[in-house]
Amino acid sequence: MDEIAMENIEAPPAAAIAEPADAPEFRVKMKTRNVNVHYAEKHALRDVSLDIGEREVTALIGPSGCGKSTFLRCLNRMNDTIDICRVTGQLELDGQDIYDAGVDVVQLRASIGMVFQKPNPFPKSIFDNVAYGPRVHGLFSDKSDLEEVVVQSLRKAGLYDEVKDRLGDPGTSLSGGQQQRLCIARAIAVGPEVILMDEPCSSLDPIATARIEELIDELRQNFTIVIVTHSMQQAARVSQKTAFFHLGDLIEQGETPQIFTNPRHEKTQGYITGRFG
Amino acid sequence: MTDAPSTVLISGQRERVRRGLDRRLRAERRFRIYGVVAILLAILMLLFLAGTIVSKGYPAFYQTWIEVDVLLDEDLIAPDGKTDPETLREDGDFRGALIESLVARYKPAGREQENLLVAMFSTDAERTLQNFTIANPDRIGGTISIWVKASSDIDQLTKGAIGRNAPESGRKVKDLQLRWYDRMEKDGRIETRFNSGFFATGDSREPEQAGIWGAIVGSFLTMLVTLILAFPVGLAAAVYLEEFAPKNRLTDLIEVNINNLAAVPSIVFGLLGLAVFLNFFELPRSAPLVGGMVLALMTLPTIIISGRASLLAVPPSVREAAFGLGASRMQVVSHHVLPLAMPGILTGTIIGMARALGETAPLLMIGMVAFIVDIPGGPADASTVMPVQIYLWADSPERGFVEKTSGAVIVLLVFLVVMNASAVYLRKKFERRW
Repeated sequence: MDEIAMENIEAPPAAAIAEPADAPEFRVKMKTRNVNVHYAEKHALRDVSLDIGEREVTALIGPSGCGKSTFLRCLNRMNDTIDICRVTGQLELDGQDIYDAGVDVVQLRASIGMVFQKPNPFPKSIFDNVAYGPRVHGLFSDKSDLEEVVVQSLRKAGLYDEVKDRLGDPGTSLSGGQQQRLCIARAIAVGPEVILMDEPCSSLDPIATARIEELIDELRQNFTIVIVTHSMQQAARVSQKTAFFHLGDLIEQGETPQIFTNPRHEKTQGYITGRFG
Repeated sequence: MTDAPSTVLISGQRERVRRGLDRRLRAERRFRIYGVVAILLAILMLLFLAGTIVSKGYPAFYQTWIEVDVLLDEDLIAPDGKTDPETLREDGDFRGALIESLVARYKPAGREQENLLVAMFSTDAERTLQNFTIANPDRIGGTISIWVKASSDIDQLTKGAIGRNAPESGRKVKDLQLRWYDRMEKDGRIETRFNSGFFATGDSREPEQAGIWGAIVGSFLTMLVTLILAFPVGLAAAVYLEEFAPKNRLTDLIEVNINNLAAVPSIVFGLLGLAVFLNFFELPRSAPLVGGMVLALMTLPTIIISGRASLLAVPPSVREAAFGLGASRMQVVSHHVLPLAMPGILTGTIIGMARALGETAPLLMIGMVAFIVDIPGGPADASTVMPVQIYLWADSPERGFVEKTSGAVIVLLVFLVVMNASAVYLRKKFERRW
């Protein structure tokens, strides 16, 4: 994975936009322009253009039904599984159009992992949960190789010490917070470049939430992370960039401190101060 | 909402609620009583059904045997002195030997009485004698004591199904036979034994020799063909429709038609089988192969519908998780969805098969109602199945077939209960939580 990232840095950042001088290393990982999503007749997302920087956390915030999860699911084409959903616009990963006819969705999702709102480990053992991704993609050469991948992934997800003696236990036997970290480990094991998180803490207690937030901060060293969250405190704590959605529109985007201390748009102001949403 | 204190919104609120409460509780109690009565009624009917079937069918599982002393007369059994099995089977007059010994002992007067005496024994008796002699050729010339099957009428007499007090003209067992019977009983020559032949032989015109094994084998072969055809096709259809097919007018139409097919009377499938499989493709008549094909058509909609319901019951989060990791659609289905849905699919299949096992009407259409004595050796042999065997026996005039009918019903019910129980067991065992 590091090798892949190195290549990307060496490649000319074709999609990079002008950046403030205080973030010289900023590089666009994913670029979206004029993304529109329709669910049958409903226009769920209107003309969203957002850049997602490499190795930083981008938080998507906004009231329920604002389209932030829909946007997130466009980024790894999870909306493909919904028959009535139609996505238009330009979405690129490292300059490559991900909705291009030549792009295989399997390949794409190997590069862009996803963690869901509700922890959803497979009804299999902890080991098999983490090993599933490498297995379907054939990412290991022998059994010890696979074990190494699983252990490393669990380590990175901060779960290894808690489960190292019971890798054969079902993943569903863990607590909610552990399950969610297992799901993160499972996503990491495939070796993605981007991890999408859809309200990963919404079903967890504050302690488990804090643990996940710490983890997100650590993962930022290696991964590009996009997180949808309902908690503005969480967005403020974990993200570097924040995008505010409202009723299918991207209202405002920018550096997280700026969004939370000095929003430009009055709707953003209203939302983060709790006047609506 | 308003500034008024909440207590004055409704006057006498407590009183009203209390009065209404009585009515509500009464309604609840009444409803519970309806439920209990309904369940009691159902249990009562079930007990009545089971009670009549078991009490009527139980005698089918035992049978009257009579001990006879037979002189293995060389002149009749081995007239040319050869005692090899082949000759004994071909030329031995065991019936003659049996009659000779019976006449010598019970001394009937005249031809008519002799016939009455012989009629007390099953035609199976001479085969028993023959088999004994073939196994022990050294006993030829001596007198042996051997147990043989009684005729069905004598069997019914033992079981009390034929009343002794009825006038002789209206009674299958004549006074003379009764006298002989009483004499045999006094000598300890009458015995009831477990009817193992019932589970080892095919159909017969003689009730005491008729067995259900032929029908069991026929049913098994039919079910095998049904399962081999219906399960893979039904599973593939269910998985495709639920997981792969786009949701449009065409798939809606297919779904409606599958639901309609599930409600089509089974005899219509029988007619279809007759027209297509027998008349057009000229497949063998009365064969489990064709029976299985017809029942597969009948069972398919059930399997597809229950399969789709089980697939739909797999939580979408499992699919999402697998898709999110980059599994292809096929991998999502085969690694996650199908294993989780399998218990439900198997349950639906077994219940569909149980229904097919009890099906009669479509099989009558394709000729499985024929009288078949041989045990079928393969799916293309002429055969019958359990429910059709029950139908045939219920239609037979002989008294002995009454108990056979109920006995066969018991066997069929046991199979059905075992199948349904295994469905419940499978569901409990493989049901996983997530």
